[in-house]
Amino acid sequence: MPLEKSTTYIPKDEAQEYLWTMNFGPQHPATHTTLRLILKLEGERVVDADCDIGYLHSGFEKLAEHLNYNQYVTITDRMNYVSPMANNVAWHLAVEKLLGIEVPPRCQYLRVIVAELARIADHLVCNAAVGLDTGAFTFFMYAFNPREMIYDIFEALCGARFTNSYTRVGGLMHDASPKAIELIREFVKRFPRALDDMERLLTRNRIFIDRTKGIGVLTKEEAINRGVTGPIARASGVTRDLRKDEPYLAYKDFDFQICCAQAGDCYARYLVRMAEMRESLKIIHQAIENLPPGPVNVAVSERIALPEKWQVTSTIEGLITHFELIMSNRGFEVPCEEVYCATESPNGELGFYIVGDGSPYAYRARCRPPSFVHFALFPHLIRGHTLSDVVAVLGSLNIIAAELDR
Amino acid sequence: MASPETLQKLKERFPEAEISEFRGQHRAVVPAGIVHDVLKFLKEEVGLALIIDITCVDYLYYPNARDRFGVVYIVGHPETAERMIIKTFVNDPAPTLPTVTDLWEGANWLEREVWDMFGIRFEGHPDLRRILLPEDFQDHPLRKDYPLQGRGERHNIPVVTRDLG
Repeated sequence: MPLEKSTTYIPKDEAQEYLWTMNFGPQHPATHTTLRLILKLEGERVVDADCDIGYLHSGFEKLAEHLNYNQYVTITDRMNYVSPMANNVAWHLAVEKLLGIEVPPRCQYLRVIVAELARIADHLVCNAAVGLDTGAFTFFMYAFNPREMIYDIFEALCGARFTNSYTRVGGLMHDASPKAIELIREFVKRFPRALDDMERLLTRNRIFIDRTKGIGVLTKEEAINRGVTGPIARASGVTRDLRKDEPYLAYKDFDFQICCAQAGDCYARYLVRMAEMRESLKIIHQAIENLPPGPVNVAVSERIALPEKWQVTSTIEGLITHFELIMSNRGFEVPCEEVYCATESPNGELGFYIVGDGSPYAYRARCRPPSFVHFALFPHLIRGHTLSDVVAVLGSLNIIAAELDR
Repeated sequence: MASPETLQKLKERFPEAEISEFRGQHRAVVPAGIVHDVLKFLKEEVGLALIIDITCVDYLYYPNARDRFGVVYIVGHPETAERMIIKTFVNDPAPTLPTVTDLWEGANWLEREVWDMFGIRFEGHPDLRRILLPEDFQDHPLRKDYPLQGRGERHNIPVVTRDLG
């Protein structure tokens, strides 16, 4: 079949001489990920923008239909690779909702801790990138230091720094070791100082405020109309946080606040993210000090989680469970039903819509990616601003292309 | 979960909606002809004003399925935890649904993705072109009759040899 000529990017209205088109990306240092913008410019002012995505499309949803519920967690790592732990937690929460099981309290607390650590890591990277793109390189370095500590914690928890795959159906890969708990405690102790330093560097910085205040304003009505969630919606005054509204895991045990702003511009989004890091730290502190004892996996008799090695070799229940879960013609007992389960991921509402058909493979596993919904906002936010504001708006939306394209 | 008042209102207004519950989530299956009216009613009169997701499931090999495509709309309340799943079925050939971009701007890209992956047309959509896949792509890969692996598609890409340049 011959290659057809593209018809997409021919401007719809007739050529206007004073407008010119600029291609931004897909491999531009300020897009941070692989995405392409086609900007229509009048001098330096952006008249219109078109988004071209799909450069990182790898068929994750198709793969979900061919991998079982435990195997697919490795794919969720690669969605939002800045906070893979949050994706792991979201995926297995949805699977557990479909199977109708509840994980033990210790597992719930540990999942809350890793999800909040992932939120801090994600917000650090996002704010650092906004700072970097608007000329604050020192801030970037200050933000990447505590992020390194978070990755050390993840390494102590599960051996992997970046693509963690820490959760399992009905539990976790490992219980937290004393070393990991000590590292988390140290992080809780040291992070507020780093955060103070960061705030002193940027929050009242004249250049940064000039570059971000009043840029890319999203009103509350628009935010609701366009399905925006997470910190971007909260910066526009939408008081919606799934951790409070429909508390999943152990979030109802903790004392924390939802951080909101009114302005809805890039600066408000930066402030909301900075404030959310402090609240996350509060949750981690409460969780690590009240970490309940007990197992991290559901009981062996439920036949959901793989038993420990000693249980396989010395108990008949353990041996049967191991056999039932490992043999290719056995596996989870899944109802022929559909379930949607959402979590408050660092970027917004990350949900999975899973259709079970009785087999150990999902019949369909839709991921509701926050980046996808937020990137659709971009043309709306950038219209009327200058070319130099493109990077500020793009950075404050925190677009992760792997999650955008899946 | 949806509040009892919402369900009551929905039942009174649209008696043909089949409402079911699973794990605390309410789902209403409605005929394709009235899905736009139902969503408009939920948005404007009940207050479920947030479009969370639009997606599709291909029921080709699903046990005991009668229809081919199930299109799923998830709507939520912007301030409370209330949410509801609206589902409708469409069939081959040429599965078509009315667009909801007139209700929500945010539905634009979500509908484009459903068109891209499943080939369901949304009547009245302002800009219905492929979003994730290249424009010259012929198929809709999340349909169940599209294989996970195999040959094809890449024959569209011309081979560049040294002597051409």
